[in-house]
Amino acid sequence: MSYLEFNTKYTPTGWRKILYVNWPLVILPCAVAGMGLLMLFSVAGGNYSTWAMPQTRHFILGLIAMFTVAFVPSWFWRNMSIVGYLGTMGLLLVVEVAGDARGGAQRWIDLGFMRLQPSELMKVTLVLILAAYYDWLPIHKTSRPLWVALPIALIILPTLLVLKQPDLGTSLLLVAGGGLLMFLAGVHWAYFGTVIAAGAGTIWAVLASRGTDWQLIKDYQFTRIDTFLDPSSDPLGSGYHITQAKIAMGSGGWAGKGYMQGTQSRLNFLPEKQTDFIFNTLAEEFGFVGSISLLSLYVLIIIFCIISGLQQKDRFGQLITFGMGVTFFLFFAVNMSMVMGLAPVVGVPLPLVSYGGSAMMILMAGFGLLQSAHIHRPR
Amino acid sequence: MKRTSKENAQSARKISRRALFLGGSQLAFAGMLGARMHYLQVDQADEFRVLADENRIKDRVIPPVRGRIFDRNGQVIADNEPTYRVSIVREEAGDVEDAIAKLSRLIHLEQDDIDRAVSEMETTPSFLPVTIADRISWEAFSRVNANAPALPGVLPEKGLSRIYPQYERYAHIAGYVGKVSAKDLERYETPPAVLKIPRFQFGKVGVEALFEEQLRGAAGTKRVEVNSSGREMREIGRREGNSGADIQLSCDSDLQDYVQARLGDESASAIVMDVTNGDVLAIASAPSYDPNKFVRGISSPDYALLRDNDHRPLASKAVQDAFPPGSTFKMLSALAGLHEGIIYPESTAYCAGHLEISGREFGCWKRSGHGRLDMVGSLRESCDVYYYELAQKVGIENIANMARRFGLGESPDIPMSAVSSGLIPDKAWKRRRHGQEWLVGDSVNASIGQGFVLASPLQLAIMAARLATGKTVTPRLVKSVNGVETPSGGGEDIGVAPAHLDVIRQGMFEVSNSRKGSAYRARIIADGYRLSGKTGTAQVVNRITKCTDPWEVRDHAFFVCFAPHDNPKIAVAIAVEHGCSGSGTAAPIARDVVLQALYGKTPPLEAYPAKDREEIEERQKDIEQKMRLGSGHQDQRA
Repeated sequence: MSYLEFNTKYTPTGWRKILYVNWPLVILPCAVAGMGLLMLFSVAGGNYSTWAMPQTRHFILGLIAMFTVAFVPSWFWRNMSIVGYLGTMGLLLVVEVAGDARGGAQRWIDLGFMRLQPSELMKVTLVLILAAYYDWLPIHKTSRPLWVALPIALIILPTLLVLKQPDLGTSLLLVAGGGLLMFLAGVHWAYFGTVIAAGAGTIWAVLASRGTDWQLIKDYQFTRIDTFLDPSSDPLGSGYHITQAKIAMGSGGWAGKGYMQGTQSRLNFLPEKQTDFIFNTLAEEFGFVGSISLLSLYVLIIIFCIISGLQQKDRFGQLITFGMGVTFFLFFAVNMSMVMGLAPVVGVPLPLVSYGGSAMMILMAGFGLLQSAHIHRPR
Repeated sequence: MKRTSKENAQSARKISRRALFLGGSQLAFAGMLGARMHYLQVDQADEFRVLADENRIKDRVIPPVRGRIFDRNGQVIADNEPTYRVSIVREEAGDVEDAIAKLSRLIHLEQDDIDRAVSEMETTPSFLPVTIADRISWEAFSRVNANAPALPGVLPEKGLSRIYPQYERYAHIAGYVGKVSAKDLERYETPPAVLKIPRFQFGKVGVEALFEEQLRGAAGTKRVEVNSSGREMREIGRREGNSGADIQLSCDSDLQDYVQARLGDESASAIVMDVTNGDVLAIASAPSYDPNKFVRGISSPDYALLRDNDHRPLASKAVQDAFPPGSTFKMLSALAGLHEGIIYPESTAYCAGHLEISGREFGCWKRSGHGRLDMVGSLRESCDVYYYELAQKVGIENIANMARRFGLGESPDIPMSAVSSGLIPDKAWKRRRHGQEWLVGDSVNASIGQGFVLASPLQLAIMAARLATGKTVTPRLVKSVNGVETPSGGGEDIGVAPAHLDVIRQGMFEVSNSRKGSAYRARIIADGYRLSGKTGTAQVVNRITKCTDPWEVRDHAFFVCFAPHDNPKIAVAIAVEHGCSGSGTAAPIARDVVLQALYGKTPPLEAYPAKDREEIEERQKDIEQKMRLGSGHQDQRA
């Protein structure tokens, strides 16, 4: 509806849309994905068919999805957002009932041609529904408690389902991503201040309760916190992985040990080397030069998202662009903090690099949304 | 509803403002991530590089191959045999129970071993192998090997283990090896790394223990790259070690085998020495035990059987037991008198069956008395009273000096465990030890090898060798180490006049070859093989006992000799615990051993007196059978 408020006669149509594609946001993700494929080839010990080949297929499908989504007008996606959200919720429920279990977590639905991870899908559809919601909501109502409660419910419901799988990492990303979108949409500072204060207070209470009669969490959970704070306190247990991950990175030095020469990953000292900890192999083999390059590519993606968002005038377009940017930032920031020992290990893949079909294709489709908003923006 | 353009502009400004605020925060966070990368990869790179190398590079000790032990003719006494075992690496196996179940379908596993392995796994790091089946057959081993791809974490391992193909024949000489114990490690200030290899074998007893360093050799090292589960991926470098030195003993396995068989079930020991160079041709303690049991880890019932046996199979009696040597000591008392010029060969004494000295009566073993005897006669008939007289004149100091000259009272230099030094008492010793003055009665007792005097069978053999040659013969058990011959034990001149020695030798000759000699019944009649010896009997309890008394109270029986009389080649000492009588028990053994050693094979019956031949023939057959059974051990194994 709100597009009607803008003069959209300059919006490109047909094949001319190609000229209006935000090319930096095509090239940069491709560059990152290319680095990812290179690393997947390396961690498989030089075997193309293990991970690199399927991931190439995922990437190409993702690229197709991106352009498809990009060329469909953004108002279509806005109107479809409620369908997408409810559909994803349905899929999450299906996972709950009939999902495939792998490694102790029930996360996948077998679609025959691929195994879909609905929680990955939710990362994008949540941004979509929230952007559409705030586009629909009269601006003056944005900070009214009832209208704040509704998006919170939209965030909390899928989060609970994902948490139950259990997938702590994705749950945290959903809450953080949804929360930041609300922030972008203009919800009053005070709400966020309250939540942050309450969170800090809870953490303080938990830590202060240690060893007292009213201890709030179990002893083993405290041990995990200790291990995070000082991995060397449990070098052969859960601290082992993070210690080895840091050794892999650190031993890479300035220029790295050379492609496919990373001893830590080749000799299996690294856990989850093709997914969560793939960054460490990159850092080991290409050194500081390699890791800072990847970080730079990520930062450039964020910057181009912000540039694109600033060029837009309508709420939906802006929110989807900034929202996707923030979500993407959360993905790599949490993963990198985790594998560099700055955050507890919660199991978040590195976007566009870690092995995984759902994440790759859905993220590319997410970039498609951003492109769609860019191409069809009111001028 | 329609928004006004003012509203839209306001909204866009607000969103952009907040997006820029968030963008700034994101850049700041990214900057922090970059700083963290710099810290890990540039500032701390050197430390992490070391840690990564420590992760992947391990120095593994390559155990050296232990030197072997041979007899003088090259027969193997201690060898290394390949052994096969199966271990489980928990980390690679994942489900240990499943791995064990799969494995038990392939090879037989003892429940005990499974339980032990499972409890061992609780304490060992998950990447270290824990042995679940040791010393399995080659067939079982190859079965596991063939199925290795289907058995992740199951590690078939090959190693070398000690084996003693001569079984009990050399148990007391070569000894045995076993797992390194805490006590073994205490011997070193910094124990060599090789000793920390699991199931490394370390000499515990005998030559194995005393030549441990030489036999062990030097460990090599290899530098390997390992993966996270500790599996070796490739070798980076290698420094070869040295195998242990081979040791050749001076023993002759055929003779050793014979002697062991000849001692039979007696609690006895025997030594055969080459008098020309001190080579220990045979040194046996009976009964013996199978050292292989100790290498494999002896079961407690088996060990209890050995420990509680009143014939003490574990004791190395030839070197470790010290007895009052009895009449075998008389040669030294006589020689002391001759050497000091106090007594002459012609000096006589009258034996009335007993002699009273300072109010105490000392009896001769022959109650009826020997009558008047000279020195040769006193030796021949082993008269005690002659020495009672002699002791009073010669005195303990002279006797002790002579005894020491012949190797008594000091530990013989032989690489065996628990070598006893025996005891030669003198006045100073008694004052020190008992705080009492020496009495004439003590000298009298000492002169016939009773009282305080103690000697081991090996010392008696050394004494016999020295009497035969007049040289300070010392035993040589190890003939060569790694091909380098050890010095001969032929010795120097002993410093006693040959004429005096000849008197003693004549006395010893008559013991075995004169009708009145105490060992005449166990004589050799083949010329050129005649032996010269001396019987000895030592009381175990302080009263006269008979051969029909219980075993534990019967006298010990000894016989020392050298042969042939005219051109001595070997010296022999026999000690039979509770053997009752030197002439009746020990002398016949000595005669058989001497003939076997001199002939180098079963001696002809013609060497024996006619009336003994039937019995001898019987015994020869008996022993041959026993020796065959002994070597049958090996056949049973194969």
